[in-house]
Amino acid sequence: MAKVLMKGNEALSEAAIRAGCRYFFGYPITPQNEIPQYLSKRLPEVGGVFLQAESEIAAINMVYGAAGAGARVMTSSSSPGISLKQEGITYMVGAELPCVIVNMQRGGPGLGSIQPAQSDYFQAVKGGGHGDYKLLVLAPATIQETVDLMGKAFDLADEYRNPVMILGDGILGQMMEGVELPAEETPVTLAGKPWATTGAKGRKPNVINSLFLDPIELEKHNHHLQRKYDCMAKEVLWENYQTDDAEIVLVGYGSSARIAKAAVDLARAQGIKAGLFRPITLFPFPKEALQEACKQAKHVLTVEMSMGQLVEDVRYNLEFKVPVHFYGRCGGMVPTTRAVLEEIIRWVKSGKEETHEDSL
Amino acid sequence: MKTVFERPKSLTFAKTHYCPGCTHGIIHRLVAEVLDELGVQEETIGVSPVGCAVLAYNYFDVDMQEAAHGRAPAVATGIKRVHPDKIVFTYQGDGDLASIGAAEIVHAAARSENITTIFVNNAIYGMTGGQMAPTTLVGQVSTTSPRGRDSEIHGYPLRMSEMLATIEGAVYIARVSVHNPQEVAKAKKAIKTAFELQIAGRGFTLVEVLSTCPTNWGYTPKEALQWLVDNMIPVYPLGVKKTLEEEKA
Amino acid sequence: MLKVEFEEDRCKGCELCKDACPKNIVIMADHFNTMGFHPATVVEQEKCISCGFCYRMCPDVVITVRKEEKK
Repeated sequence: MAKVLMKGNEALSEAAIRAGCRYFFGYPITPQNEIPQYLSKRLPEVGGVFLQAESEIAAINMVYGAAGAGARVMTSSSSPGISLKQEGITYMVGAELPCVIVNMQRGGPGLGSIQPAQSDYFQAVKGGGHGDYKLLVLAPATIQETVDLMGKAFDLADEYRNPVMILGDGILGQMMEGVELPAEETPVTLAGKPWATTGAKGRKPNVINSLFLDPIELEKHNHHLQRKYDCMAKEVLWENYQTDDAEIVLVGYGSSARIAKAAVDLARAQGIKAGLFRPITLFPFPKEALQEACKQAKHVLTVEMSMGQLVEDVRYNLEFKVPVHFYGRCGGMVPTTRAVLEEIIRWVKSGKEETHEDSL
Repeated sequence: MKTVFERPKSLTFAKTHYCPGCTHGIIHRLVAEVLDELGVQEETIGVSPVGCAVLAYNYFDVDMQEAAHGRAPAVATGIKRVHPDKIVFTYQGDGDLASIGAAEIVHAAARSENITTIFVNNAIYGMTGGQMAPTTLVGQVSTTSPRGRDSEIHGYPLRMSEMLATIEGAVYIARVSVHNPQEVAKAKKAIKTAFELQIAGRGFTLVEVLSTCPTNWGYTPKEALQWLVDNMIPVYPLGVKKTLEEEKA
Repeated sequence: MLKVEFEEDRCKGCELCKDACPKNIVIMADHFNTMGFHPATVVEQEKCISCGFCYRMCPDVVITVRKEEKK
C-alpha cells in the first residue's frame, strides 16, 4: 500500500477514525492543535462528533459522559492540559470507562515551553491523579508506530474498561514521516457495552459512578481495579536493538529512543558494543524483557527529555543489579546524538566496574 | 376509589438520605412525575452532581451517571452528543452549578445543548456542612461567613437564571419555588415545559428551584420555607426569565 | 381503602404535610416509626377532600391520595 507523508498529529487522528473513534472532545494547546483541527474536519465526514470544549476539564468530562454512554471516544492535550484532566481521568478509572487520551508532551513545569519534553512520565505512569490507579500507557517512537498502536489503544481501553494514554511529545506530533494507514474500509466491530447508559429500555437502569461511600465496598473496588492492572501485564511491548551482546544498554522511549538508537549505531561503528532497549508500553513496564536485555551489560544509560523520571523505573526494574546512568535534557531542549555518544564513550571507557552508588 | 397521587414510577423505592423537610425530595418527585407524564422514563439518562444530591443515582429509576463537581453539563453534553434522541438532564446544587461549574453551565447554554438542567438553589453548601455558596445572601451566616456574608470581602450573590437568560442558546430559563402547594404546582409546570422543549429538540433549558436547607440554616422545615419567602424571593425573583415566545415578539 | 394513606416508615416527621393541609386533619402520631420519627397520619379520613396538597409538599413520597369515584 502506498505511503502518505503526514504530520504526526494528523496521522494519529486519521488512525483514530479508522479505528472507529467517532467522538472527540478537546481544547487547543500547542503542540497538538492539529489533532482537534484535523478531527473537526474529518469527524463530520464520517458521521462523528467533534466538539471544542470550553476547557480541558470540560473536555475530559465530556469524554466521561460519552464513554459512559457507550461511545468510542478520545481526547488529546499537552502537559498543562493533561494536568487539568487528572480529576476526570481518575473518575473514568473509578467508573471503569474506556477512552484514549493523547499527551503530546511539552516543557514544564507550569506554563513551561511549547517545545518537546518527556517530563510527564511520572504523571502518566505513576498516577497524576489521586487514588490508587494506573493508566495503560503506550509510547510510540515513530509516526507509523503511533498509527499502528491507535487501534490497539481503543481495543485495550474497551477490553480493560480503563483509559489508555498515548504518551507522545512535540517532536512526534509535529514531524512528518511516510505512513501506511490502515485500509479505509476496515470494518470495525465494536463490542457491545451492556453497562452503558443508553436509556433503560427492557433492562434495569445502569449507573456510571466512582463513589463508594462504604469503605468495605471501596476497598473491594480497588482490589478489583488492581486485578485488572495485574492482567494488563501480558500487554507489555518493547523493542530490543542490538542488545544481545551489548556491554552498555541505552534505555529510552519515544523520540529520545530514536536519538539513542542513532548514537548506538555511531558507537557500534567505533567498536563499542552498545544496544538500545525501548519500552513501548510504559505501564505495564516490560520488566522481564528489560532484565533480559541488560543481563550481560556493565552499564545502562537512560536517555530522556526530563530531569530523570524513566531512569527511576529502570533502576527499580533492574533491581539495582546494574549501574544505571542518566543523560537528559529538559525544558524543551533535545539531546543530540553526539552528546549521547559522548555519554556512551564516557561510561564504557570509565574502566572500573561502577557500583550502583557511583552512578547516583 | 381511584388513586390521584402516588409514587411516580421514575423514582426508585429507596428512602432518601435527605434531611427531614429538605426540598430536594419534592424536586426529585416533580422531575419524576414529569418523566412519567411525558412517557420518557426508558429514554432518560440523568447526571447527578456532587452535593447533597450526589446519591440521586439511587433515587431516579433511570440510567444515571455521577459527575465530578460542577462538570455535570459537560458530562451531559458527552451523553447527548452520543444519544441525541435520548432525554438527558442534570440535577445540580448551587456549589456545583454556580461556583466550580460556572464555566460548564454557561458553555452548555452557549452551545444550546439540548439538555435540561434542574438547578437547586438553597443559598448554602449543604452536604459539606453549611459553607457559603455563590448564592448565599449578603449578611447570611454560614460556616465560612460566620459574621454574615460581607460584600466587601465576598462580593454579592449570583443570579444565575438572569445571567444565563442573556445567552442566545438558552431557550427556556425559569426560576420557581416550592414553598407551598401552589408554588410546587407552578414549579412542576416549569419543569415540564423545560423537558417538553428538550423533547422537541429546541435547545438548552434550565429551571432554578428556590429551596430550603433547614439543617444548615438552623430552622425547622416550616420556618425554613418562611425564611425562603422573606429573604430569598426578594433577591431571586420568581418567573420565566427566557422563553421562546419572547423571541417571536 | 383509605383516601389518604401514609407509608409510615418513610416519614421523617418534617410536618410539611400538616402545614399544607387545608382541612387541618394531618396529625403527627404519638408513636415512633422505625426511623425514630413521629410519622404523619390522618385519622379523620372522611374530612379529606383529596386535594393532594399533603402529597405535593411531602419530600419522601410517604403519601398516596385517592378520590371517591362519583357513581
